[in-house]
Amino acid sequence: MDEAQRVNVGGSVNGARFEREVEPRLLLSDFLRHDLHLTGTHVGCEHGVCGACTVLVDGEAVRSCLMLAVQAEGCEIITVEGLAGDDLHPIQAAFHEEHGLQCGFCTPGILTSLLPFLRDHPDPDEQEIREAISGNLCRCTGYQNIVSAVKLAAEQMRK
Amino acid sequence: MKPAPFEYVRPASVEEAISALTEGGYAAKALAGGQSLIPAMNFRLAQPAVLVDLGGLDELRGIHPRDDGGLVIGAMTLHREVEHSSLVAEHLPLLAEVMPWIAHPQIRNRGTVGGSLAHADPAAELPSVMQVLDAVLHVQGPDGVRTVPIDEFYYGLFTTALEPDELLTAVEIPPLPAGSRSAFEEVSRRHGDFALAGVAAVVQEAEDGTVARARLSLLSVGDGPVLAERAMACLAGRTLTAESIREAAALTSEDLDPPGDIHASAEFRRHLAGVLTTRALDRLRA
Ligand SMILES: Cc1cc2nc3c(=O)[nH]c(=O)nc-3n(C[C@H](O)[C@H](O)[C@H](O)COP(=O)(O)OP(=O)(O)OC[C@H]3O[C@@H](n4cnc5c(N)ncnc54)[C@H](O)[C@@H]3O)c2cc1C
Ligand code: FES
Ligand code: FES
Repeated sequence: MDEAQRVNVGGSVNGARFEREVEPRLLLSDFLRHDLHLTGTHVGCEHGVCGACTVLVDGEAVRSCLMLAVQAEGCEIITVEGLAGDDLHPIQAAFHEEHGLQCGFCTPGILTSLLPFLRDHPDPDEQEIREAISGNLCRCTGYQNIVSAVKLAAEQMRK
Repeated sequence: MKPAPFEYVRPASVEEAISALTEGGYAAKALAGGQSLIPAMNFRLAQPAVLVDLGGLDELRGIHPRDDGGLVIGAMTLHREVEHSSLVAEHLPLLAEVMPWIAHPQIRNRGTVGGSLAHADPAAELPSVMQVLDAVLHVQGPDGVRTVPIDEFYYGLFTTALEPDELLTAVEIPPLPAGSRSAFEEVSRRHGDFALAGVAAVVQEAEDGTVARARLSLLSVGDGPVLAERAMACLAGRTLTAESIREAAALTSEDLDPPGDIHASAEFRRHLAGVLTTRALDRLRA
């Protein structure tokens, strides 16, 4: 390979179309951050363990560090930037209310993981909540306030 | 960029995928869900020169019932799809039981059944589960299609009967024989983490209540799924009692030579294997 191969990839992020030529080895996480300048998606471990890079692809939570940008061809992506409208999303508001974040590094990945979780479990118990965030590491909060925030968010969203 | 450069190929058919793998030889790799391969590429532990993305091959996806209650699961079927399948819940409760043990939901949303079976991580749940279910693997290569019984599929650490130019296309699982019950037990540090040890068990009871056939396969205690052959033999023809279960569990532990690492010592793993075998078999007592 003398010249790096470039592959066309098109899809949407937070409702906006994108079309780019990228090197196939570009990770979706780096594509979002460096090419689309959506730096809300955080990068921690880059091997699938910490969950900071979680985004929604076609409505489901996935690790953007374990996807190549070219694999997002034709996909609808939602990042943390896509959650709030004019107001915070109820999950974000609940995190604010319950102090579900401190440094905020883990927060985008936790919020995006929770979106499909609360869609599928509108009234989760504590055990289910803890399992739902078991793939997201937080080094600040001790998880207690995150769990409280999820309970509050679920309650608000059921209204 | 984390992974080393590679040539990316997105074939439109299984045949095209196999041609690309054949052309690339040992330097080519299939990409399924990427949940094991991409971490390895990010670390540059894996540096394939050609990456053959199976993502477009819908023919490899789906769960198809056989007339007799068995299932054929396409290699590119997502862990999530198996986890939520009503066919799987109805016909293969053991498979339904094990799915939530595999990684986190975010990983199960991309990881595939075929990827997990082909990757042959000794800590993976599916190889052991498929082993006690007597699964048969469907393999396709440049010379056509062949089937491999699961007991002949695993060669060792991350090594299987697959040639570099072959694809795993599906796994076929016969129905559980009448009178069979199944159980899965595992211990991991945290929900979703890789197992420290685990066991899948199927016990078929004869009409007189004795064990007609037992299958026990352990994970994370060897270089692949490990059949507990002496324990299986010791249960045959006997009823499941505290006594026979204790014996089987002791034989299971004795026969293992597990690795030790920062997560668990070899001795602890051997101990866990015995405890988990006891728990699984206890669940199967009538
Ligand atoms: C944080 C984390 C935790 C995890 N925890 C667990 C766990 O607890 N238990 C568990 O079992 N797994 C776990 N996994 C791994 C996960 O289940 C993977 O999905 C699975 O091991 C590989 O499937 P894949 O589809 O992602 O395959 P890929 O990563 O795409 O491929 C893996 C390997 O298999 C080969 N391959 C894939 N498909 C085929 C095919 N059809 N034919 C031939 N070769 C093929 C590839 O070339 C590659 O060598 C975890 C992963 C992560 C990141
Ligand atoms: S950066 Fe993707 S899981 Fe840690
Ligand atoms: S708030 Fe700092 S890592 Fe979670």
